[in-house]
Amino acid sequence: MTTATAESAATLAPQAYKSEYKPIWCPGCGDYSVLSAFTKAFAALGLKPEELVVVSGIGCSSRIPAYLTSYGFHGVHGRALAAATGLKLARPDLTVVVAGGDGDGYSIGGNHFLHACRRNVDLTYVVMDNHVYGMTKGQPSPTTEPDWVSKLSPAGTGVRVFHPLVIALAAGANFIARAFSGDPNGLAAILAEAIRAPGFSFVEVLSPCVTYRPEQREWKREVRPAPVGSTDDPARAARRILTDDGFNIGVLYRGNRRPYQPPIGKSTAGVADLEKGFER
Amino acid sequence: MSAKKAPAKAGAAPKGKARPPQLRVVKAARPSAAAVRTMNELMAYAYALELEASERYAEFAEAMAAHNNREVAELFRKLARIEHRHAEQVLEDMGWAEPPAPPSAGYRWEGPEGPETADVTALHYLMQPYHVLELALHNERRAHRFFTALAKAATTDRIRRAALGMAAEEAEHVRLIEDWMKRVPPPEPHWDLDPDPPRYAD
Amino acid sequence: MTDLRATAATPRASVSLALCGSGGAGVMTAGNMLLDAAAKAGWYGLMVRSSGPQIRGGEAAALLRFGTDAIDCLDDRFDALVVIDWQNIHRFADEIPLDGASLIVADPDQGEPPEAYLACGARHAKLPMKQLAKAFPGSWPNMVALGLAAGLIGVPAETVRQVVTRSLKKAGDALAASLAAIEAGIEAAREIGAGLELAAPPARTASRWLVSGNEAAGFGAIRGGVRFVAAYPITPATELLEWLAPALPKVGGVLVQAEDELASINMAIGASYGGVPSLTATAGPGLSLMTEALGLSVAAEVPIVVVDVMRGGPSTGIPAKSEQSDLSIALWGLHGDAPRIVVAPNSVADCLATTQWAVHLAERLQAPAIVLSDQFLGQARAVADRPADVAFIGERLKATASGDGYQRYAITESGVSPMAIPGTPGLAYTADGLEHNELGIPSSGAADHRAQLAKRERKLVAHDYGTQWADIEGEGELAVLTFGSCTGPVREALARAKADGVDVRLVSMRLLAPARPKLLAAALDGVGRVLVVEQNHGGQFFRYLRAEFDLPGEVASYRHPGPLPIRPDEIHKRVLEWSRP
Repeated sequence: MTTATAESAATLAPQAYKSEYKPIWCPGCGDYSVLSAFTKAFAALGLKPEELVVVSGIGCSSRIPAYLTSYGFHGVHGRALAAATGLKLARPDLTVVVAGGDGDGYSIGGNHFLHACRRNVDLTYVVMDNHVYGMTKGQPSPTTEPDWVSKLSPAGTGVRVFHPLVIALAAGANFIARAFSGDPNGLAAILAEAIRAPGFSFVEVLSPCVTYRPEQREWKREVRPAPVGSTDDPARAARRILTDDGFNIGVLYRGNRRPYQPPIGKSTAGVADLEKGFER
Repeated sequence: MSAKKAPAKAGAAPKGKARPPQLRVVKAARPSAAAVRTMNELMAYAYALELEASERYAEFAEAMAAHNNREVAELFRKLARIEHRHAEQVLEDMGWAEPPAPPSAGYRWEGPEGPETADVTALHYLMQPYHVLELALHNERRAHRFFTALAKAATTDRIRRAALGMAAEEAEHVRLIEDWMKRVPPPEPHWDLDPDPPRYAD
Repeated sequence: MTDLRATAATPRASVSLALCGSGGAGVMTAGNMLLDAAAKAGWYGLMVRSSGPQIRGGEAAALLRFGTDAIDCLDDRFDALVVIDWQNIHRFADEIPLDGASLIVADPDQGEPPEAYLACGARHAKLPMKQLAKAFPGSWPNMVALGLAAGLIGVPAETVRQVVTRSLKKAGDALAASLAAIEAGIEAAREIGAGLELAAPPARTASRWLVSGNEAAGFGAIRGGVRFVAAYPITPATELLEWLAPALPKVGGVLVQAEDELASINMAIGASYGGVPSLTATAGPGLSLMTEALGLSVAAEVPIVVVDVMRGGPSTGIPAKSEQSDLSIALWGLHGDAPRIVVAPNSVADCLATTQWAVHLAERLQAPAIVLSDQFLGQARAVADRPADVAFIGERLKATASGDGYQRYAITESGVSPMAIPGTPGLAYTADGLEHNELGIPSSGAADHRAQLAKRERKLVAHDYGTQWADIEGEGELAVLTFGSCTGPVREALARAKADGVDVRLVSMRLLAPARPKLLAAALDGVGRVLVVEQNHGGQFFRYLRAEFDLPGEVASYRHPGPLPIRPDEIHKRVLEWSRP
């Protein structure tokens, strides 16, 4: 795997994107690397912190905005995509990145996920997937294996896992990638591409939770670069994504949809003109 | 760690292991011979390797401090300083006023990160100073293997000699850490046993 | 302020002790074991946890109180603080008030006391717990702390040994070492001689439980007949659901984890429509999400119970701390005229009976019932007398197959109409959030709307809630009105006032909605001044009482928001002030 390439000279070093607040994530958490990767990606893209907003929901990964010097919005559980959509539509000049976990994004946020992919507003959605609800002490999430035992599921959930990349593709996401926190430079490169890509970019990041899923330390032995490069053919992408084992890393799909633009009417009328319709 | 498919109990700390997660060395792939063609490139690798290691140890120090493991935080801070000095040494030796630019195709390490860079998931909030040194030892050994492999793949004598020189330095670091470990008490049994359950935050 | 030496010989009716330490020190474990041991020995007790934001390895404090009588709240101060290490313990300074009569025993090798703990004037003693534990390989400093704490308050060594042996039964050598460490702690307590020993425990009149409010509520739900639960995790309600997860299947029930609160409330309503008493538990943010579906429960007359374990608000607020600031949303938070039942347990043990009562009421009145518990009640562990069995079982008035023209929403005198349970032939109907006529057919007509609105109100208002609606204690010209977890500190404050010669009446309301003005007026008969006590900023209970009830004479509010609890002394002082001529 390669590290970040010598991109256009960044005006800020990655360190400049890290705030003074130290994360409370457990030592060993994959999210530390994701935070690091974000700063590298922002630096590589030369983004001004004041023109960048990171929007999140609730959960361990959703704490990330406080650890960055960009603007941040730590909203309510599962609604980050909705908040981000509103923000981007009102302020298309800003770069809006949405961050959260698998519980926040695929469970309570599942509905908003579908529609965000469909709507294709120019956003980048990064999900730090650790197959568990970490912050509330270890319940299954939609990506948790059906036989994983927990207090809330003493016999396992018995429910098939959610396939976020397949759903994203079917719902219309314009850029789909899978990344791994254990390769922060590779992740940074994918994040940079995702932010650059127009429309709704979705990056699912495998990010181990060493407290509730210590076996995820083994993920570094299971991930591999995706055997083929990305495609822009949804049918081909669907076949590949449906049949991969969840460990193919890389950009898997780059679509050609134009990003959502709200309808802009002929704005020649002033406010006073609007009255005319009432006049008799 | 065994069976990756075995379901684990929620809230379970890694059970009574004598050491943090395995630090098994992945068999080093030879970096591309084309990756290091010049002395400058070799030393750029040396610099990047030390700097990345230093930054990782510094991150670890902060994470451990936030989790009230002060002794280990201090130790990581120390390691961060040591690695940083190694990086500065490279700049001095090469007479570089500024850190070198990375190669255009990026650094080609054996794995995703430099051979001296500790794996983020190798931490445990209750880890002991001995574990820290074990981790550092593992990293120095990997760095040593890296330079040895570079030396083998070197296309010129000069580079081969320089790489061997770096390897020798890493070997010296290995010895230093081994010595250091003799002065640090081994981890107590059940070091990772926390009788208290995790707590709610949000 | 008591002089330790002067009272050295006087056994105490109540002792408060806190344990702190960080990252893996095992403070909670030691606290739980101490509570367990005290319970076994016959004392009552209470334990509250506090910690830093880290998920593991954070600084932690176990706040404990023991006594010869039922303990429903923390005291105003702590008699002793045992510190395994000082890392970040400054965080707990507000929660562990200490003074000149307090004792701090700290490990001298584990950091320096923060300024707050030096300024309080407490006596400092040293105990090298880590070093002592090392002398017994396989033991831990928290075992020394456990022994020390037990020794200080007079919990018999043998009882502590039994509790530890049961907890560590797999440990083998570690058990012997732990017991030795405990002994060392007990010995150290003897040497310190702080004079904090508890008075002998009273003879047992009932069996004792060690239980948290969340567990008690879960059990109350099952006792009341709940057999379906939809769960979505949220602090501080998750444990209630996690207790039910293995328990429900044992009684033939089902628990399912939902994708969010919109799903969990709707799942529970669906199950209830099917005839099965159903419940979910949540906290403020979840309750906000559930409000639309609660309106559906009102309009379609489908019973449902929602336990709201209140935490600091608004919005994400302070998730791990207690507050009583969801009263307004529980009382008023639905659109339209949507009467609902709101009840509030007033002690850890009462979470059982009140939740069970809520199930009974919801089923009987075919309406939603919100149980306003809170983080303090939900997560505190209390040693309490086994709660008396109460006869509240969910009894839904079911329609039996009959002649034609079944009217699901028939206008009856009580307002409750027999409900057809799917599967019963001849009675099929469509439950509807749309306004409807007696047959359940949607209707926008004025007569139907008025009739149904009146019916849904009447069924709640006409019901006889019996004596469960409030605890009314004592006599006096001055009365204190409160609810929920404030009841404990108020009760204790009024006992102190009585000892000062000031008689005050206590009314702790369990039934908050529907409002029962006549009942409260009777309870306040002879009272000229009312002090309303609550743990929130906006005076939600105060405003509600003034809006819906007739209050006599002068009415004042005493309140502050979380995270700190209302303490007995605050009320005691306020009551004495107000009672002076």
